[in-house]
This record gives sequence, structure tokens and C-alpha cells, in this order.
Amino acid sequence: MTTFTPPPVLEKKNDPPVPPPPLSGSEVAESAAKRLSRPWATAAALIIAVLWTIPTFGLLVSSFRPEKLTKTTGWWTFFSNPTVTLDNYRAVLTTEGSSGLGKYVINSFIIVIPSVVIPLVLATLAAYAFAWVKFPGRNVLFIAVFALQIVPIQVTLLPLLKLYVKGDLVGFPAIWISHSIFALPLAIFLLHNFMREIPAELIEAARVDGAGHVKILTAVLLPLLKPAIAAFGIFQFLWVWNDLLVALVFAGGGSDVAPITKGLADLSGTRDSAWHLLSAGALVAIIVPVVVFLSLQRYFVRGLLAGGLKG
Amino acid sequence: MAIAGVLSVGLLASACGGSSSDTSSTASGASSGDCSAYTQYGDLSGKTISVSAGIVTPEDTAYIDSYKPFEDCTGAKVTYDGNKDFETQILVRARAGNPPDIAIVPQPGLVKQLVATGAAKPAPKAVADNVDKFWSPEWKAYTTVDGKYYGAPSGASVKSLVWYSPSEFKDSGYAVPTTLDELKTLSDKMVSDGKKPWCAGISSGEATGWPITDWMEDMMLRSAGPAEYDKWVNHQIAFNSAEPTKALDMVGEYLKNPAYVNGGLGDVTSIATTTFQDGGLPILDGTCSLHRQASFYAANWPKGTTVAEDGDVFAFYLPGKTAGDKPVLGGGEFNVAFSDRPEVQAFQTYLSTDTWANNKVAATPNGGWISANKGLDASKLSSPIDKLSADLLQDPKTVFRFDGSDQMPAAVGSNSFWKQATAWITGQSTKDTVDNIEASWPTS
Amino acid sequence: MTTLEKLTSMAGALLLFGAVMGLILYIAGRFGERRAGKPVAFLFLLPTALLVAVGLVYPALRTIYQSFFDAGGTSFVGLDNFATIFTSSDELTVLRNTVLWVVVTPFIATAVGLLYAILVDGARMEAFAKALIFLPMAISFVGASIIWKFIYAYRPDQANVKQIGVLNQIVVWLGGTPVNWLVGSPLNTLLLIVILIWIQAGFAMTILSAAIKAIPGDIVEAARLDGVTTLGMFRFVTLPSIRPAVVVVLTTIGIATLKVFDIVRTVTGGSFNTSVVAYEFYSQTFSSSNQGLGSALAVLLFVLVIPIVAYNIRQMRATEAR
Repeated sequence: MTTFTPPPVLEKKNDPPVPPPPLSGSEVAESAAKRLSRPWATAAALIIAVLWTIPTFGLLVSSFRPEKLTKTTGWWTFFSNPTVTLDNYRAVLTTEGSSGLGKYVINSFIIVIPSVVIPLVLATLAAYAFAWVKFPGRNVLFIAVFALQIVPIQVTLLPLLKLYVKGDLVGFPAIWISHSIFALPLAIFLLHNFMREIPAELIEAARVDGAGHVKILTAVLLPLLKPAIAAFGIFQFLWVWNDLLVALVFAGGGSDVAPITKGLADLSGTRDSAWHLLSAGALVAIIVPVVVFLSLQRYFVRGLLAGGLKG
Repeated sequence: MAIAGVLSVGLLASACGGSSSDTSSTASGASSGDCSAYTQYGDLSGKTISVSAGIVTPEDTAYIDSYKPFEDCTGAKVTYDGNKDFETQILVRARAGNPPDIAIVPQPGLVKQLVATGAAKPAPKAVADNVDKFWSPEWKAYTTVDGKYYGAPSGASVKSLVWYSPSEFKDSGYAVPTTLDELKTLSDKMVSDGKKPWCAGISSGEATGWPITDWMEDMMLRSAGPAEYDKWVNHQIAFNSAEPTKALDMVGEYLKNPAYVNGGLGDVTSIATTTFQDGGLPILDGTCSLHRQASFYAANWPKGTTVAEDGDVFAFYLPGKTAGDKPVLGGGEFNVAFSDRPEVQAFQTYLSTDTWANNKVAATPNGGWISANKGLDASKLSSPIDKLSADLLQDPKTVFRFDGSDQMPAAVGSNSFWKQATAWITGQSTKDTVDNIEASWPTS
Repeated sequence: MTTLEKLTSMAGALLLFGAVMGLILYIAGRFGERRAGKPVAFLFLLPTALLVAVGLVYPALRTIYQSFFDAGGTSFVGLDNFATIFTSSDELTVLRNTVLWVVVTPFIATAVGLLYAILVDGARMEAFAKALIFLPMAISFVGASIIWKFIYAYRPDQANVKQIGVLNQIVVWLGGTPVNWLVGSPLNTLLLIVILIWIQAGFAMTILSAAIKAIPGDIVEAARLDGVTTLGMFRFVTLPSIRPAVVVVLTTIGIATLKVFDIVRTVTGGSFNTSVVAYEFYSQTFSSSNQGLGSALAVLLFVLVIPIVAYNIRQMRATEAR
């Protein structure tokens, strides 16, 4: 969205090379880390990390084990009886036959990009209006939007699909619009909260300089919000990437439009008899989200409000 | 590189271009060789028919292949879309006005729900005629709603089967039982040999509990007879009346008997947490001897397992009360149309013929598919378990009944029956179980 | 559809969207003066309002309406569906479980996320350490449920039979007898909750770690000069500074918890008294075709979120007052 690219000057100013400016939040971390460098702190971190990683690690090991062993013994027996096979991966990457897993990955990207960009842009505008534009009924409206988070997706399927059928939008457009709708309440809520954290003086100063709302949003707020937008962007990416329900219902039955989650769901066969393939399939499917996380992490690792604020 | 590119484009074009007369003539000449059986459908060039089903990879390939002769000879194009959330999705799509042309529906109960949405279209007369010709009359009743007929049966499965290890039977001198009493005696003998004879698993996500409903239907069919069974399914007798209660108790004599279950899997409650896919696998390890499950369980044995009368595992018919009784419980799918365009009706008709049934068998070379279509050439079936199932379906002595829970209203058949069966196996009494299910039966 | 056609349609959609947004910003940009609140707010909120009105408000109202009708949606039954929910013992168990989920999950997931964010902050390989906790978020709910189903898997204490679940294997190594974890209520609900905590801790950690890094350095410096201890630093500096972020995280996870149904569906299918309102709603609507009861359960979800909304309003008021 070219509209939202902040002016280059600002971008530079707010994107200093590592290390972060002195006395920023990481300073807390550093000092805390020094004080916490007692063994128990490291131990606690290690314990959490190990507990959180073991399930995925088991998945990784399972994905290389033969079907018979997976179905009769635990993955940890791998270490006393290491039998490695690539059969699961071979099956995952080829059973799709003529359609191929690659097609599903492309579909997932086609689905996910607009489904992240559209709600992010709309939510940024809305969150700005709720946070920094004065108008009657602002709080009531904001609370209403926030409360809409609770509407379960399932109640919306039928009414929305009816509309899409009427408008002949079934397929990718229906999926994009639906994901955007479902993301808006949470996106607005999160971005609004980050926007409110920005000191009013900053906005006031810009106003005094004669900046209108559009200018304030694009030139002052957006650069500061980059980490928040990146953070929400990755969460929305993950939710859409892992979605199956929305894509299935609004795809209109065409496997032309089906995302990778459908390919994975089908992997185990009609009666789930091939569930030993799921481990390999799941690992193939999380590669993209993990790469996205790692590449976006630098945007929010410095803090959601790092940069120009803390001088 | 360039040549390969041209070649692959050419392949793609011919694979997708079933509608062009050029490719259709060559393709049909290669595959079926004879289009005379298809002339009745006329020229359907440029027409597309969409099929939706819950059958996914790898079984979907056989369906797609079985449509090819029709596509090649008529010029129509059939698109197939399978997904595992089909049963939820088809209802949403039907209600929203976006259904496929044809859906392969796995339960008569769901067919009734689809008819109730108003989106399903009655089948043309040609289909009804074919069904009269090729199927026994009870099959027609399953998809007849308010006097209108909504679609021919597709595949079928036989549920009254008990899986066992032929080599174990041979080594231990066990004989395949021919009456229910003999089955009991055999189980007791296995117990006295120091074994836990039966293994079972009923966990299946939101459908957890269904294998018990099959058990109960089998017992109901055997103890009370087919007429009483029909009354029970249609709620002409209460779910908590004497006969169904007795049938569930008969299941309990096996599944809730700690001496009998759950070989290789745990105590009685482990039945509730073992997936139905895993339920029979202990037979291969020798920790369990008997597992009652449908013919489609053949696909659950790990690769390399020989499923045959002299192989690693095989199944015998779950016997009737006497050796002369032959009640068979089964399941199957039905082709329901949501459009009455001529090409859809033509395709629906094709699916109700013996031609299609045999094409489907030919397209399933490794076995795993049968139909109750009498025109099915059983000698062409490749797998022993398919042969056994087809023999059971086509045996004139067989009294066939469709899975009862699949015909009950959704509130029972795909909810309370499953849930209460699960509660029953984890300790709830038979009386509470049948009472709760009776209470959940919709009033209207 | 070919890949090129798909890409073209995506590019087309994005261009169209970009054009509409450009137009909105252009028009809004014409209102430069300070008192342009109303028109700018209208323009900024219009697309969102249209989308949520059609996609969320209308379905929600329709659901409330349907909750007063019978299973087929044809005859009016008043409050019967709600009476069913509050009188049947099964449904009361569902309510109890839902309360348990919503009380336990947000707090533990947030606490773990916060603790971990503090512990690894500034540590060597911080990015890697965070990726480890984040990883579960990248796995779909269904995938995560399958993984944990294996962890809880149970095999009997019998010759020739080996455990395939790591939890029971640990029990066996410690000399115990394997337990059929998923059958015993209410322990089984807690075990299901663990799955959601495992997933959501990454969300909490990501947001809170960012908030911690945003704490102004001068505050920290002042506290340090005052000789504040580690715990004191956490209590008097870190926690107050990141309080808004903590509220956001608790709220978001709380609402996500109310809506979660895939975990229950995949692991137990609602058996063994593990069902929750969101799953019961799904099962009544889609498996049982009981539209009335399903809608009533959805309405109950709307009601259950009211305390969370109220708490957030109070927080907002407090912030405004500052």
C-alpha cells in the first residue's frame, strides 16, 4: 500500500541500525538479565523452552519414523532404535497426484496476502478515528466494534454465503472479504490500544504545525506504529494461513481455490487411516509461518513504540 | 527444456480438454473402446457437471477415473471436489443456494435434511428405473422422501464383519463361528486360553461413539429381527423399549466385559479413547483376536499387511442367531442432484447403471470399493474382502438393513446416540443410556 | 484457473482496494482544519462499518432472533432453548467447563508469556529463544490438538504393549501405572486447556516482550539508582509500564478462549464431559441441525463476553482520566 509508506526521512529516523538507542527499553532487559543471571533464572527460561518445544520436537522425530513404528511405539524410542525414513515426506509431497502440494501453497499465498493487507489498512484508519478523531458516539461505537470479536464465525457463514452467491463473488474474493471482516474487530482493538499509547503532545505538535488528520496518520503515527502493524500482521497471517473453515465454505467447492490446510486435512485419507503422514504434513505447513515470523520479528523486537518517542 | 515444456502443455491440454471432439474420440478409443452404451446421453460437449463428496485422496482418483468414459463419449466435463468437512459444508451450501450439481451423500438422514432445504432435485425417471432394475427394493426406500425419489445408491459397505487373524485361528484350532452362541463360546475359549479376545476403539473426533451404534444395530437386527429393527429406526417403538435395551445389553456382554476387552489397548474405558482406526491393530501384534468393524476397515491395516483368507488378517461374517439367519448391516452413499439440467440428469443416470459400477470397480484396481448394484460383476473384484462383501450383499438369503443411526434424525443419529454410547462405555447404565437417547428424539 | 490468472485477480483486487483507500485519504485530506472530526471519522470508519454491519452485526442479530425459535427455525418457542441450557445437566457441565477455560487460560498463558519475555529479554540468542515459544502459534489448532492427543495417549500395562504417549511413558518410568487421561473429568478439561495455553503463550510473549522493550530507559535508570531489587523492579517499574499491554493480551486470549472449539472437537469430540459452549454451539448447529438451541448457545457466548467488555471499558475510562 503505497499510501502508507512513510516519508523516507521519517523511515530512516525510526529505523536506526542495531544496537537500539541507549537507555531504551532493552536497557531494562539488560540490567534485568544481569541481575537475573542467577542460575535459577536461566533454569526457568530453559524449563519453559524445553516444555514448549518437546511436543513439536516429538512431531519432528515422528515425521521421520516408519508407519508401523509410529503406530506402535513412542517417538522417544527413536533414540534407542533409530530407523529413519523419508517415506512420510515423499507421500506428503506426492500423494496429491495431479494437483500437487505446490498448487495449494500458491492458493494459500493468494488467499493470505489480501486477507492481511485489507483488514490492516481498514483497521488502521478505523483505529485512528477511534483514538484521535473527536466525534459524537465515539466510545459507544468503539465498544460495539470491540464486542463484535465474540461473534463466532460459524453464525456468519450462511448469511454471508447467500450474499456472495447473489453477488457472484464466490471464490477468492469471498474468502478475502470474509477474512477481512473477521479480523477487523480484533485488529481495531489492538491498533487502537497502541495508538492511544502515543503521547498526545506529539499529535498536538503536528496539529500546531497545521497537519490534518491524514497527514498526522501517515507521517507521524504510521512510522511509530510499524512494530504494532508488523505484530498484528504476523498474527493475522498465521490465523489465515491455518484457516480451513472459511476457505472451504466460501471457495464454492472448487479445489482451484483450496488452501494448504485442505491439502493437509485430506492427507490422512477419507477415514484418517494414514494419520502417520500428518506429522510430516504439519511440518511442511509450518515452514512458511515460521519464516514469516523470523523475518518480521526484527520489526517488533525493538518494541512496539520504540524509536522517536524515547529520546 | 523447450521440448519438455511443449510436451507438458500438450498433455495438460489433452487432460483438460475432454470437451474437444478431437481428444474425446482418441481417448475413448483408447480407454473404453465403445461408446454405444453412452449414446443415450446424447452430445454434451461444452457442458460441465460438478460433483462434491466427502471422499478424498487417494480414494477420489478412482471416482474421477470412473467418470472418464462418460466424459470421453459425451464430451461433458465432470469436476470432482472432495473434502472431509463435506457433511457440514453441503448443508451450508445447499441452504445458501450454492450447491454442487451432484453430491455423494453418505447417509439417508442427510439426504432428508438436504431435501428439506429445498435445494435437492428429484431424480429423473431413468434413474428410478435403473434402481428398480439393479437394486433390491429396500435400497430405493432410503432416498425416497414424501413419495419422491432423490438419487441412486453409489458405493456400499458391509458392517457385519469380525476381523481376525487366520493364522492365529489355525494355530489355536479355533473355528469361524456360525451362530451368535458359537461366537460367545469362542470368546470364552479364548479367555480360558489366557487371551483378551476382543479389541475396539470408538474415538472419532466429533463422531466419537459411532462404532458402538453399529454394534447395537447388529445386535438389534439379530435379537429382534428386521421388522422390529425398522420400527426402532423409524421410532415406531421407543428407543428405551424392551428390544433396543436388550440389544444394547447384548453389546455390553462383549464390550463391557472386562474379561473380553480391550486386548492390547487397556480396560473397558480405553475403548472410549482409542481411535476406531487403531481399534483392530492389536490383532497384528497378537494381543487381540477379534474386532468387529466394517469392510472399509481393510484400508486401516498398515502397508504390507495381507488381507486375505490365508493372509495376516481377514474377516468373517458376524453370525446370526442361527446358521440359517443372514441379517447384514451395511452402509453406503447416494448420488443426490441439485440441478435438473439435462447433462446433470444424464450423468446421474450414468451413475445408476451397471456400466458405471463396473467402471468404478475397474478404476479401483487395489480394491476397497463395492456396490449393491446387482449388475456388478463380482468376478472382477480384486481383493478378497471386497469379494466377501459382494457375496454377502448379493446372497439371496441375505436380509440387508442400512445403518440405523444414519437414518435417524440428526439430533439422535449424529449426536445423542454417539454421545450416550460413549457415556455408556465409560460407565453409564444401559437404562440411563436408552432413556437419554429417547428423551433427545425430536418431537416434530 | 492458472496461477497467472490467480495472481492477476489478486493484484486486481489489491489495486481496486488501494484505489478506494487512496480516494478516501484524498477526500479526508481536504479537511485540513482542526475541527474536521466528523467528516474524517465518517470517511475512516465507513468501509469498516459497512463490512462489519453485513458480516457480523446482521448475522449476530439474526442469531439472537433464531434463538427464540425451534430446531427447524419455524415456530416460536420463547425462552425454551435457554431453559434447556440452564436445566439439562449436560449443558450445565458445558457451562462449568467454559468458565474453567476462561478463568484459567488467559491468566496462565499471559503469566508464562510474561515470565519468559522477561527471562530471555536481552539474553544471547533472544530471537531464537522466542521463536521456540512462538512455534506453537504457527501450528493450526487442529494440528496442535493432534500433537497433544499423542502426548496424552494411553496404552495398557500389558506385556508386548508399549506406551506411545510421552506423559504415560514418564508415569511408567517413575514406576506408576498408565492413566487414561482424557476420560477423567474435570482433569481432562484442564489437560485440554494446557493445549490452548501452549498455543497462546507465544502470542502473550510476543506482545509483552515488545511492551517491555518500550519502557523508557530513564525510569529504569532512576529505579536502579534507588537500589530497587529485581522483584521490586518488576512490581514497581515493569508491570505498571506494560499494564495496558497486559490488559490487551488478557482480553484477546480471553475472547479467543470463549470461541475455541477445534481443540475440544479434535481431542475428545466433546465426550467425557469436556464440551464447552462454543463446541456445543457448533455441534447443535451443524451435527444435530438444531438451529434454535445452537443459536441460543451463541447468544450465551455474547453474554459471556460482557464481563470482559465491561472490564475494558473501565480500563479505557481510567486511561482517559489520566
